Amino acid sequence: MAYLFDTPEQRQRMLKAIGAGSVDELFEQIPRELQLGRELSLEGGVSELELEQDLQRRLGQAGGGGVCFLGGGVYDHFIPAVVDELTSRGEFYTAYTPYQAEASQGTLQAFYEYQTLISQLSGMDVSNASLYEGGTAVSEAVFMAMRINGRDGRVVVAGSLHPEYRQVLRTYFSRLGTEIVEVPASGGVVSVELCRAALTTDTTALVLQQPNFFGCLEDIAGLTAAAHAAGALAILAFDPLSPGLLKRPGDYGVDIAVAEGQPLGTPLQFGGPLLGIFTCRSEYVRKMPGRLVGRTVDRRGRECFVLNLQAREQHIRRDKATSNICTNQGLLALRTTVFLSVVGPRGLCQMAKLSHEKAQYAAACLTRLPGVVLKYDRSFFREFVLETPLPATEVLTALAARGFNVGPELSRFGDSLGEGLGRCFLVALTEKRTRAEIDALAAALGEVLSG
Amino acid sequence: MDPETLYFAKTHEWVSVTGNVATVGITDFAVRLLTDIVYLSLPVAGKVYRPGQAMGEVESVKAVSDIYAPVSGEVLEVNLGLPEQLQLLSESPFERAWIVKLKLSDASELEKLMNRAQYLGHCDG
Repeated sequence: MAYLFDTPEQRQRMLKAIGAGSVDELFEQIPRELQLGRELSLEGGVSELELEQDLQRRLGQAGGGGVCFLGGGVYDHFIPAVVDELTSRGEFYTAYTPYQAEASQGTLQAFYEYQTLISQLSGMDVSNASLYEGGTAVSEAVFMAMRINGRDGRVVVAGSLHPEYRQVLRTYFSRLGTEIVEVPASGGVVSVELCRAALTTDTTALVLQQPNFFGCLEDIAGLTAAAHAAGALAILAFDPLSPGLLKRPGDYGVDIAVAEGQPLGTPLQFGGPLLGIFTCRSEYVRKMPGRLVGRTVDRRGRECFVLNLQAREQHIRRDKATSNICTNQGLLALRTTVFLSVVGPRGLCQMAKLSHEKAQYAAACLTRLPGVVLKYDRSFFREFVLETPLPATEVLTALAARGFNVGPELSRFGDSLGEGLGRCFLVALTEKRTRAEIDALAAALGEVLSG
Repeated sequence: MDPETLYFAKTHEWVSVTGNVATVGITDFAVRLLTDIVYLSLPVAGKVYRPGQAMGEVESVKAVSDIYAPVSGEVLEVNLGLPEQLQLLSESPFERAWIVKLKLSDASELEKLMNRAQYLGHCDG
């Protein structure tokens, strides 16, 4: 049976339509002695997340084989059931990239809505219809910067940018003459002075991340100003949940903002597939990679949707196209569209706030254990680097055996994050984690460390 | 500007020479073939080009085409108002729709270009 809900406004409208002043008046003809005369003895409503957690508790499941405190790029955020319900509809689920506008109006409209939502979320002028994931989006952004300012000597990258994004960038640039200069982030963030010193007159862009890979907050406004002073563009990889609490990329004045879109409605699914969010300022739209959906009217004046500015793309521009990516991550972009529509600005803000507050609480609990410290004493959003007296791999294996998935350990990324990080790992919190789970993690870590 | 006095490149640019300044635009034939032009990107002053190097691009609803330097030289001046008045490309291709003025560095390169009659023959062929 379909579940139908009504709002007080809808109830009023229905009452008005049949000429009743109130629900009591509607039921007046039922003899008073047969009426219950009180509210049904039902418990108050609970949120979807609370209901899901309650069911899991009753079924004795710990949410898929362990409590998730995993960070480092993908996160265990809440996904309303309506996201799966709508995106698994055949019309969407099997639709391929919309080459044929006349046959793809539904898909095109969904991507148009996606672009609108992402533009609002990022504070940037334009969003494309998405790329594959965060790492390739960063590389595409650097290529785009080179097309915009014609500089190809150097790209300056913050050492606090996700090490896998940097690896993807190095792969893309492995046969090009452009030098990739990484500015170390030894204290958990990059310094404006070091970045300024690395920016040369042939530097195309400065690539930053907010919050950065360590979870710490960078001085994006100062770093953006340094990039612009050197005639370079500022590229920001942002966390798409962060605008719920922090400034939007557009508010910092960056030129291109990209993101890994997974936190917005896509499950962890063992690390992929993911979603590449790509946005820029309007003056650069013709240099942008990927598909772009626009709204227009057909010859009878009816609203319709089309692929726009296709002359940038591979099937028309051949070898001079802005990218070899001539499609988008359709299904996951759709998930994000449904997710953002359901959660809304207030819901997103609530998720960001809860994640942040729980991260604060977890950091306080965990650092109460002897020998456990925050590696970087800086403001963080929803994850932080923890250092314990034991090797991180050992600690994480022992925690996993106790039902807690934590990490990744920083040593997994070689020395790309700096040296002497063998006892460090990431801990991430989302709105889904409960106080009991956090307390249990602290107890388990205490056990592990005391041997 | 009288098209008969201009030099033409196979890639559909025209050149008008005054002293050591070469004014460059794209031909009426090119504009007609491109159909609806929606966007024009210009080079920046100070850049130096060799013949055949792409200086900018012109985008129509069908395609994007490069604008090539017909002769070598440094960009002295750019028609910055043109991208806002794209209709000039068809209304006044040899006059108001000039694109760039280059400081001519080697006048002998002009000999490799065509005159109007040769260019029209090239377009027919």
